[in-house]
Amino acid sequence: MRTRASRQTRNLLQYPYILWSTLFIVIPLALIIWYSFTQPVQTGGFQFSTSNYRRFFEPVYLRVMGRSLILAIEATLICLIVGYPAAMIIVRLGLRWRNTLLLLLVLPMWINFLLRTYSWMVLLGRQGVLNQFLEWIGLPPQSILYSRAAVLIGMVYNFLPFMILPLYTSLSRIGKEQIEAAEDLGANRFDVFRRIILPLSLPGILTGTTMVFMPAVSTFVISALLGGGQDMLIGNLIEQQFLSTGDWHFGSAVSILMMVIILISMAIVSVTDKGRSLEEGNLW
Amino acid sequence: MKKVLKLVLMGLFIFTLLVGCSKKSVVLNVYNWGDYIDETVLKDFEKETGIKINYETFATNEDMYIKVKQGGTKYDVIVPSDYMIARMIREGLLEKIDIRKLKNYEALDKRFLGLQFDPKSEYSVPYMWGTFGILYNKKKVTDPVDSWAILWNPKYKKQILMMDSVRDCLAVAFLRLGFSINSTNKDELQKAKELLIQQKPLVLAYVGDNGKDMMAAGEASLAMCWSGDAVTVRKQNPDLAYVIPKEGTNLWVDSLVIPKTSEHKEEAFRFIDFLNRPEIAKRNVEFIGYATPNRKAFELLPPEVQKDPVAYPSNEILQRCQVYIDLGPFLEEYNKAWTEIKGQ
Repeated sequence: MRTRASRQTRNLLQYPYILWSTLFIVIPLALIIWYSFTQPVQTGGFQFSTSNYRRFFEPVYLRVMGRSLILAIEATLICLIVGYPAAMIIVRLGLRWRNTLLLLLVLPMWINFLLRTYSWMVLLGRQGVLNQFLEWIGLPPQSILYSRAAVLIGMVYNFLPFMILPLYTSLSRIGKEQIEAAEDLGANRFDVFRRIILPLSLPGILTGTTMVFMPAVSTFVISALLGGGQDMLIGNLIEQQFLSTGDWHFGSAVSILMMVIILISMAIVSVTDKGRSLEEGNLW
Repeated sequence: MKKVLKLVLMGLFIFTLLVGCSKKSVVLNVYNWGDYIDETVLKDFEKETGIKINYETFATNEDMYIKVKQGGTKYDVIVPSDYMIARMIREGLLEKIDIRKLKNYEALDKRFLGLQFDPKSEYSVPYMWGTFGILYNKKKVTDPVDSWAILWNPKYKKQILMMDSVRDCLAVAFLRLGFSINSTNKDELQKAKELLIQQKPLVLAYVGDNGKDMMAAGEASLAMCWSGDAVTVRKQNPDLAYVIPKEGTNLWVDSLVIPKTSEHKEEAFRFIDFLNRPEIAKRNVEFIGYATPNRKAFELLPPEVQKDPVAYPSNEILQRCQVYIDLGPFLEEYNKAWTEIKGQ
């Protein structure tokens, strides 16, 4: 009797979530799909059409897509290269230092994302803090703001914690015994890293990569603020279709295509995962 | 016992909800351009009438249009420009206003009434007018600035700011090519598009309201700039100068309108009436630096402002200016061209 009652409560408890996801995920998604496959007709009303999707394969838009993918991959790689050693350093520290460093890593996230991105405009501007410093030490000023480099800096800065935290969790789970065993069997430090630490931290790498790649490929704020509207990314294209040109049909088609790309990239990641559970390295 | 408690709590809850409703005073949703009013004027209106104002801003006519059209918020007073008003009238989004009922109706300059976008002045009350031109830094720009062509001069690579707005950017290209800024000719549009794509590597950024701050801070040397912004920004940085190029420019009139979806049309009219008072109009125009279509407010301004050619260009210059008109379905071609320019 008791188990049945608890099952009933469990069923009841599911309803808020089901309601929530229908209202805010399923219905909007259905709307986007509907928009993406229709075109308004002169007489009013809508007709089925695949023209929105076909339009995306014009060279202009493919270039936008290519640029977004390249920038997102670059940002992800930089995050990995910077984040991995950082996570390893944090793992090896004593408990107090470790917690302090993790806190410092998360601390900037307490400040609004937009504000943090704006502050980079102050740092990178022609008359900005960085250039004043360069001038002070006698170097020629650089114009970094409103370039691809600025967008990349913004992405790496904003998304780096999403790389370090999963890496940290999976690295901290590697038992000392395994490393010691490898050393006892004659492995040098490089071998230990290559054959023990790296494979065991793979789940963290994969989670971190997806967690950085997804927001990086879809961002529009960073490229709008730090890129000056010069290098349009896929997020900006969608934003423009929805907010300024008002072509919701084309905008929806682009959104769907972007979702497909993200799904494909996640699928690739989970295939290379060789059946390992992603959750193992997942912080959330 | 528990049931009683529940009932009491429920009763209290409903009671507070109802009380909240009945006490709620009228809130007027005003949707205006960024930096386009002296905000103390809003406080004074609230004090005088007891009507609360919820003030929101937009950066381009197109942004505003989409938001009003999709109807998320029910705005009561908005401030679109000429061509956008024509479009909104055509699409039946605006409410008729009896502008003769304005207490200071006769103060409005007849030059700004009954223009092409609202021929009978049934929907709109002119709020500000102005032009756009080139704002430049005298210390950085050594060539004479008298033509839009300077925005294509490779010498100023990465020092040029353009407006992030489809009609304004295309207008500059059309003017340089000698076409109408309302061109609905596909070849002309194609040429304008190519010209802007060719310019893109020289452009530092496509900006909204932050353009003038960047010019004041010396981040860029040349910018497309609205006349009123030029007036205010020159006070912050005396190195800046403003010119209307010889090819002419766009003359625009921004007007107060009431959307059909407004739920407080009477209060909205009161607000428009308030803004049209000469002393209030004067405060606004002094604060934002554009030109007022309110003659009595104009007369209240100090003579040096009245004679400032940036805000009030001579008739000779005004004759070279063109007003935007609603493009109808051809706008889609503009939007496509703009997406291609930005996507390059």
